[in-house]
Amino acid sequence: MSHGGRATRADCEDFLYREAALLDEWRLDEWLALFVEGATYEVPTTGAGVDADSAEELFLIADDYARLQHRVKRLNKTGAHSEWPRSHTVRAINNVRILEQDGEELTVASTFITYRSKADITDAFFGRHLHTLRITPGGFGIAAKRTLLDASSLRPQGRVSIIP
Amino acid sequence: MNAFQRMNTALMIDESKKIFKVSRRAFVDPDILEAERAQIFDKCWLYLGHSSELAKPGDFVTRSVGGRNILFARDGKGDLKAMLNTCPHRGAQVCREKHGSAKSFQCFYHGWVFGLDGTLRSQPGETSYAEDFKARSTSSMQQVARFESYRDLNFICFDKGVESLSDYLGPVKEYLDVICDQAEMGMTIVGGTQEYSMRANWKLLTENSIDGYHALTTHATYLDYLKATTGGLAQVAFEGSARDLGKGHAVLEYKAPWGRPVAQWIPSWGEEGKRELSRLYDGLVARFGKQLADRIATFNRNLFIFPNLVINDIMAITVRTFYPEAPDLMKVTSWALAPKGESPEFRKRRLDNFLEFLGPGGFATPDDIEALESCQRAYRQAGDEAWNDISKGMPKAQPLADDEEQMRIFWREWDRRIAEAQGLSAC
Repeated sequence: MSHGGRATRADCEDFLYREAALLDEWRLDEWLALFVEGATYEVPTTGAGVDADSAEELFLIADDYARLQHRVKRLNKTGAHSEWPRSHTVRAINNVRILEQDGEELTVASTFITYRSKADITDAFFGRHLHTLRITPGGFGIAAKRTLLDASSLRPQGRVSIIP
Repeated sequence: MNAFQRMNTALMIDESKKIFKVSRRAFVDPDILEAERAQIFDKCWLYLGHSSELAKPGDFVTRSVGGRNILFARDGKGDLKAMLNTCPHRGAQVCREKHGSAKSFQCFYHGWVFGLDGTLRSQPGETSYAEDFKARSTSSMQQVARFESYRDLNFICFDKGVESLSDYLGPVKEYLDVICDQAEMGMTIVGGTQEYSMRANWKLLTENSIDGYHALTTHATYLDYLKATTGGLAQVAFEGSARDLGKGHAVLEYKAPWGRPVAQWIPSWGEEGKRELSRLYDGLVARFGKQLADRIATFNRNLFIFPNLVINDIMAITVRTFYPEAPDLMKVTSWALAPKGESPEFRKRRLDNFLEFLGPGGFATPDDIEALESCQRAYRQAGDEAWNDISKGMPKAQPLADDEEQMRIFWREWDRRIAEAQGLSAC
């Protein structure tokens, strides 16, 4: 990626694929390091609008940076029973589009299909990610990530104990 | 031979020996689910929704309650209506949106149009019908047999002859008052509904919702989080008791170290938060006196209303119902309840509190789901001789919140309704 210039879709794809690989491989500390300080990570409820505000509406996940750090810390413990033993996951990222680039900040939309398998049960999560990426000297950093689950309800998946 | 004849009994109780066991068959047998539908879900008062969800005439929500699709709407006069959401003509679902606002409801199949109260207004080809057709009650959408409310909590019952909601709730009303009185301007459901499922029998979530025993082990990582990130907890120990509210209803009332938006302060809410909570607390004292104000503000309540309504007034307030789809699958719906007119800061803190603990993405609920599904897998493998032990606290005169008396209360009522209807009862 060229600094000061414009990021390309290929730059974004490389970054999103790497993010997906880190999650698939349960390298959560490295995944967390993709986020810039003060970042947010949100998953609204399945019926919510794109513009839903976690300060006013009940979400499934609405992490500020501190809680995001703790989410990772918790998932790294064997006491996070839902994900210990580890589930197996694969994330397919598609339809990557740069919606907006304003200086060093970009809004990137992608679609995803995530499979989670554990105890002989496989669930699929699908929907859209909206990443707010910031161009830093070390590459992209995630300033905000919002995952919109495009299902009518979280049935039968039941939980988002992984990072979809 | 049906399940009950095979089992002989679902409960094994010996008060003198402090034995209380539940057959694991009760969680897996389809015959038992059928009996539960007939004896419990068709006969008990079931939670439908909160009045705040339908703010103005024409507002509606659709949801499945007790195995039936219900249309819950506010009609043109402002009255709430609970209707079976099926066309009286041929059965198609009349209103197919989850929520919204309407002037009338039209069935998409043959185009029958109903008023907000379900009355048939018009149907294509009216001249082909008998003259009095529209006036017949069978031509309009059917109202649910019984529909009553308490403190804006609306309930339905499919049994016309059931006792009044007020009588059914009995002492539960005192706790609903304590919960609802924390608001000066009434309570409201916050936008956003968590709709999820568990691959487990619905009764496992009844038990789990009022289980004070599992918190320290199942939710150790949540408690670690509270200790680590909130700048310390309130200097309050887990302490409280369980109470039998009759008819299978039960409550745990206890103190806990987490922050309560009304009104127990924790350091991370800062000095400004402390002033706001003092103002709320002083308001409670002025309205109710110190003793009740302290109870409202500093005690938590896990309230279980038989058979499947949980209202937990804890670090936030959750209203949760759950229904069996199959013996090993339930659908769960959770809402957040909050005081109307709450400050934006505390609304945010309330929602943060809710999400940290509760729901499919919280730091606790996924681990509950893991536990319940793990139990269910074992029950599937169980023979007739496999039993759960629910005896904790039996030797005590006053069982504590981390004992299992509240579950025994549920199971005794379950047994009364199910096993006795089959001519069997606990031995």
